[in-house]
Amino acid sequence: MKAKSRNYYLIPYVLWIALFVITPIVLVVYYSFFNIEGDFSLENYQKFFTPVYLKMTLSSFWYALLITFFTLLIAYPTAYLLTKTKHKQLWLLLIIVPSWINLLLKAYAFIGIFGTYGAANKFLEVMGVGGKQILFTDFSFVFVSVYIFLPFMILPIFNALDELNPSFIDASKDLGASSWRTFSRVVFPLTLDGVKSGCQIVFIPALSLFMLTRLIAGNRVITLGTAIEQHFLVTQDWGMGATIAVFLIIFMVVIMLLTGRRKRGEMR
Amino acid sequence: MKRFKWSSLYLIIIFMVLYAPIFYLIFYSFNSGGDMYHFEGFTLDWYKEIFNDTRLLIIVLNTIIVALLSSAISTVLGVAGALAIYYARRRRTKNTLLSLNNVLIVSPDVIIGASFLIFFTMIGIKLGFISVLLAHIAFSVPIVVLMVLPKLEEMSTSIIYAALDLGASRLDVLTKVVLPYITPGIFAGFFMALTYSLDDFAVTFFVTGNGFSTLSVEIYALARQGVSLSINALSALLFLFTMLLVVGYYFITKKTSKIGRMGVRK
Amino acid sequence: MKNLIRALSLVLIVSFVLLYIVNRLNTAQGYTGEHTITVYNWGDYIDPELLEQFEDETGIKVIYETFDSNEAMLTKIEQGGTSYDIAVPSEYMIDKMKQEDLLLPIDHAQLPNLKNIDPRFLNLAFDENNEYSIPYFWGTVGILYHPDKVSDEIDFKQWDDLWHPSLKNDVLLVDGAREVIGFGLNSLEYSLNETDKGRLLEAKNKLDTLTPNIKAIVGDEIKLLMQNNEAAVAVLWSGTAQDAMWENESLEYMVPEEGSNLWFDNMVIPKTTKNREAAHQFINFMLDPKVAAQNAEYVGYSTPNKAALPHMDEETTSDERFYPDEEQTAKLEVYENLGKQMLAYYNELFLEFKMHRK
Repeated sequence: MKAKSRNYYLIPYVLWIALFVITPIVLVVYYSFFNIEGDFSLENYQKFFTPVYLKMTLSSFWYALLITFFTLLIAYPTAYLLTKTKHKQLWLLLIIVPSWINLLLKAYAFIGIFGTYGAANKFLEVMGVGGKQILFTDFSFVFVSVYIFLPFMILPIFNALDELNPSFIDASKDLGASSWRTFSRVVFPLTLDGVKSGCQIVFIPALSLFMLTRLIAGNRVITLGTAIEQHFLVTQDWGMGATIAVFLIIFMVVIMLLTGRRKRGEMR
Repeated sequence: MKRFKWSSLYLIIIFMVLYAPIFYLIFYSFNSGGDMYHFEGFTLDWYKEIFNDTRLLIIVLNTIIVALLSSAISTVLGVAGALAIYYARRRRTKNTLLSLNNVLIVSPDVIIGASFLIFFTMIGIKLGFISVLLAHIAFSVPIVVLMVLPKLEEMSTSIIYAALDLGASRLDVLTKVVLPYITPGIFAGFFMALTYSLDDFAVTFFVTGNGFSTLSVEIYALARQGVSLSINALSALLFLFTMLLVVGYYFITKKTSKIGRMGVRK
Repeated sequence: MKNLIRALSLVLIVSFVLLYIVNRLNTAQGYTGEHTITVYNWGDYIDPELLEQFEDETGIKVIYETFDSNEAMLTKIEQGGTSYDIAVPSEYMIDKMKQEDLLLPIDHAQLPNLKNIDPRFLNLAFDENNEYSIPYFWGTVGILYHPDKVSDEIDFKQWDDLWHPSLKNDVLLVDGAREVIGFGLNSLEYSLNETDKGRLLEAKNKLDTLTPNIKAIVGDEIKLLMQNNEAAVAVLWSGTAQDAMWENESLEYMVPEEGSNLWFDNMVIPKTTKNREAAHQFINFMLDPKVAAQNAEYVGYSTPNKAALPHMDEETTSDERFYPDEEQTAKLEVYENLGKQMLAYYNELFLEFKMHRK
């Protein structure tokens, strides 16, 4: 019974995978074996292990980690509080709506807000802190990235919390657990799946951010995404760009396997 | 009561931050000064400008059509995908499918765009509406899968077995048990797919052609000269329109449907 | 379930209604007919009124598509799929497209207005005898600055002024490998088209010492950042500078004396064209003195059209910062296509420079 239905759903999905996932992977892997002159070589892979690219990889991971951490930190309470509101589905939708406005326009707005004479600095002056450079700093980069990824994190966590059977919480409280203990031992573990899928949706794309590195960080943050962009659109060195992409895909698979394995352990 | 207040304050701050850049854009759409940084005086010129621009209107409509159609189709595909992964028996199959699923999320847009372009020209699909639609469907599917899958996984299998024991057919199980249960995930997936589609620039740029254009592509192309405030005005209108639609839709479904909620689960 | 079906059908119905409206609009605009040409240009790089005027005069409908970088445009034209009839790439890209055999030769006999172009912009190294390309706009790379925010010691007659300690965290650079490495080379009095790796490394090392002064390396936003007083100094293209100066009159633009880049955006006919005659008509139309003048006033870049200058505002055309004379342009260099290897090396250096931390 089960096996039959599996085959059924697999058809359209596998078709999609074959056409739009396998094809790009094959193309990317294929291109990664050609150097800039169009000759077959492993040059690109050697190049990836030079200090420049290793440093870049490290800094991409570092920023992606920071972004994911802060997004989670802000998204979890938001999702939690949203489930307590009256029209929760409506509020949830209103969390998503801002992401439908074009990213470039929002980035321009942030340039205005964070600029030397922008609203954020005026606010700081009023507060007595005095003007600061906000634009083109690590802070502004992480802030705007968190801003963009927030809905992607809130949504799965909200859905997980929403499903949570309130009787578990009552039971925990009846048994005398403190609020914190209830949260850390009951609520959080039960919503871990949502948290995990949120982290995946944020961390993985954060590795390859490129637009914001220029607009908000003024190219002071260089990620793997920036490098790929450069190689494809400026140098036209598709081989090197593809090689970095191959590594990104490998990182992604490793991350998925790591998070997937943990899930199995818990389910047993 | 005190705790309640703090929590509302937190939500209010989150919403304020989320909407700040948008209100900023809208505020400057009334600026006669011509840029987003110095407010000179009030004007409606930018709004008049959009209504006289048929080309822009066509582009906006194209953007909406592609977003809606691609999100709808990718939601259907994504749900099928999530079910396929869910029903996969072997763990390795599951992991392989999931990894393949995520390839498009991790790949930078430029690479997706360039490889789709090569692919489409290879198999002879004419660049334009169809190629853009296909590309948007393609990169929206994985996000839907990721939104639906956790819902499926927390559903206890005993419900399905119970239904089967009670003599429900496989189709019944799907439509009466599984789908209603995962509806919130499906809606979440649809809305995230919309987000992806509306925001995408790089992929669309590569696979479009023959005069077909979307709003993002148009806005990025304008960046060289500085984006005109009429684009702000346009965004403001689209934003208001969406707000009305979202709020309106929410209350209409709430009223007419007995079950009561947009993301019905019970 | 009912909800799902209802939502899905609603989405589908709305989409199809919109699709119908778009179709009607497209037909009403005449974009579906046979007699059209597709122009592929930078965003907002032409006066839209001129497109209408061209349509009225010739009865040919113009489909206007835009790109945001030469390289992206190249990829699209290489892959085909759209029959572009006119494109407007920059000079180094024209050389590349020529080598890759993507362009059709232009028949000068069909362009009576070609005589209007200033001869000093014709027959340049990247396209001898203008076999494949006709000048559209031109300009330089230089320094845009706020005179009142910069110490009096600095006049930007030398690139070295950028290194002045008073400019700490106050310089914006444009995000282009050749532009940035280029002014590094120029400041050492080397050629912009330098291919000696030792010299390039020297230039990169010199640029590294500029890092304390650099606030950000940005793209087209540089214009609004300067208008906004976000930084005192910026290295950028003259076209962008001129735009910013129109908005903010206190700004000054300077091309340092050691030399700099002279750039061109030219019109070409890609091999993808289906309507070669109409493409020639379009180029000839754009070369008309009045048309070129109107276009230059709209876009704000410098026109190579000599006959157009009398039709324009004198204040603009006599401004030596944007219409430098022959003597001044003699010191400027046009980018040569250095080949993929060299370009990759430039980019690698630029990447390392960007990653160099203070």
